[in-house]
Amino acid sequence: MNHDLTKSQDAQAPKAQARDDVALMPPVEVVEDASGITLYADLPGVSRETLNLRVEADTLTIEGEMALQVPEGMQSSHAEVSIPRYRRAFTLSKELDPDKVTAELKHGVLKLRIPKAEHAQPRKVEIRVH
Amino acid sequence: MYRSLFPRDVFAELDRFQRDIRQTLDGASPSIRGIGRGGYPAINVGGTPQSVEIYAFAPGLDPDKIELNLERGVLTISGEREATPRNGDAKIAVHIDERFTGRFRRVLSLPDDIDPGTVDAAYRDGVLHISIKRRASAQPRRIEIK
Repeated sequence: MNHDLTKSQDAQAPKAQARDDVALMPPVEVVEDASGITLYADLPGVSRETLNLRVEADTLTIEGEMALQVPEGMQSSHAEVSIPRYRRAFTLSKELDPDKVTAELKHGVLKLRIPKAEHAQPRKVEIRVH
Repeated sequence: MYRSLFPRDVFAELDRFQRDIRQTLDGASPSIRGIGRGGYPAINVGGTPQSVEIYAFAPGLDPDKIELNLERGVLTISGEREATPRNGDAKIAVHIDERFTGRFRRVLSLPDDIDPGTVDAAYRDGVLHISIKRRASAQPRRIEIK
């Protein structure tokens, strides 16, 4: 009984910490073609300066802070977007080349291109006929 | 004992219940047109004593094609978001498809004291920011006592 209690407390501790740093999950579109993957993410309010993209090991993380122009003393009366931050992470598979990721941000839409590594590009396999 | 005529509508009931709670928490009773929740674009509304500020989170639009109308205190934002082009490649696979595409329209009724002649709209980083001044006569004034 006691053991279970400590266990649940341990499980709660990181959660409480994470709550201070809550973020919205941006909707994405992921399309794969023969030479790589293209990812589109809706990040309205995020500018080039407040966008943070990183690849650590095999995890690609997209993070962005909204920078809205808010007049001084504004009081919110209706808010559908209540967290000024986005975050979403993806696991990259081995055939993708994280060193060659290119990114474009236009009108709040991020376009990421992740090419496949040379050796993983599709090759037509010749079938020998004896 | 009460039994619903549509017992399968438990989700609609939950939704209504949730709305009731939200309304109680939000305090003020909503206007007859209200501001519907959800949908594209998401909308935030705020105000200062001098102006009403509306933020529509509408990424990926051509700013020339956003339709913005203000008529008798009702603001309508409409337009269309096109799907991303697929380059005609037959060998593609769509793994995740969560982004909104198609026509959209959102309507919100604004406070009575706005001045419809002073609408300012700017599209930046995918956010449409509409700022409308309140009429000077409606602004709070300190009355001097002689």
